Amino acid sequence: MRWIWIDRFTEFVSGSHATALKNVTLAEEYLHDHYPGFPVMPGSLIMEGLAQTGGILLGEKNDFEHVVILAKIPKLEFHSWACPGETLTYHAKLLESSEQGGMVECTATVGERTVAEAEIVFAHVDKTRPEAAAIDQKNFVFSMRLLGVMDVGKAGDGSTSITVVDN
Amino acid sequence: MPTQDEIYEKVAETLVDALGLDDDEVTPEATLVGDLGAESIDFLDIVFRLEKTFDLKIPRGELFPENLTAGDPELVQEGVVTDKGISMLKEKLPFADVEKFASDPKVENIGDLFTVQMVVNYLGQKLAG
Repeated sequence: MRWIWIDRFTEFVSGSHATALKNVTLAEEYLHDHYPGFPVMPGSLIMEGLAQTGGILLGEKNDFEHVVILAKIPKLEFHSWACPGETLTYHAKLLESSEQGGMVECTATVGERTVAEAEIVFAHVDKTRPEAAAIDQKNFVFSMRLLGVMDVGKAGDGSTSITVVDN
Repeated sequence: MPTQDEIYEKVAETLVDALGLDDDEVTPEATLVGDLGAESIDFLDIVFRLEKTFDLKIPRGELFPENLTAGDPELVQEGVVTDKGISMLKEKLPFADVEKFASDPKVENIGDLFTVQMVVNYLGQKLAG
């Protein structure tokens, strides 16, 4: 299994907001254990998908120069669930960003139905620190690019581009 | 220009959101780490929220400086902050009640300088320009 919890971006506005999709399917093993006879997308993995959407939004703003790690989840509320056959839409809005990290506000929805709402704080980890070496973020982003998920990128001025352009 | 009370209300609300507190836990004298349970990453969260709430930029280390004494033997001797150290704290933390700290300047009490009132004082000056 690959630790990629979003299937595709449908919108990506550099330094502002991004929308990604996650299709929930019974081919995914964990749904058979969560729960037997009642498969629903685990909340922790919805959270991970939101963090990947928001983390890439923040990372891209700085041209992936920093290692972005999830530092804190000040708020996470679940209102509903997502079942096989449904598509989760993850929307992340960048509220703040600085040299030290950033903060996003996110929602997970299925159609018009809100599944979860979260606030996530990310911290930048110095690349020279030994812990950071273990984080294969560049490869993660690189393979994501190969998958074409970034193709909807828009520069901050709204112009469309094949690769995401900085503000 | 908001009044001190208005700033305090917003700061209290920010801390309730960032640290998951009950409204009545926040008092002006409360220390962020000791009383309100803030951890290092919470300071980043608090700074982001204050920047958004008050629509201003808080430069790194201006409100919550890190490694204040940094093990410097001129600033700390046998676990007590020296006179030189006190002067440094007054300079780096002009919004904190350093006088109160100076009455019992144990190095482990440095964290107690970060109080709710200190944040309010900082924002008051910052907003006054």
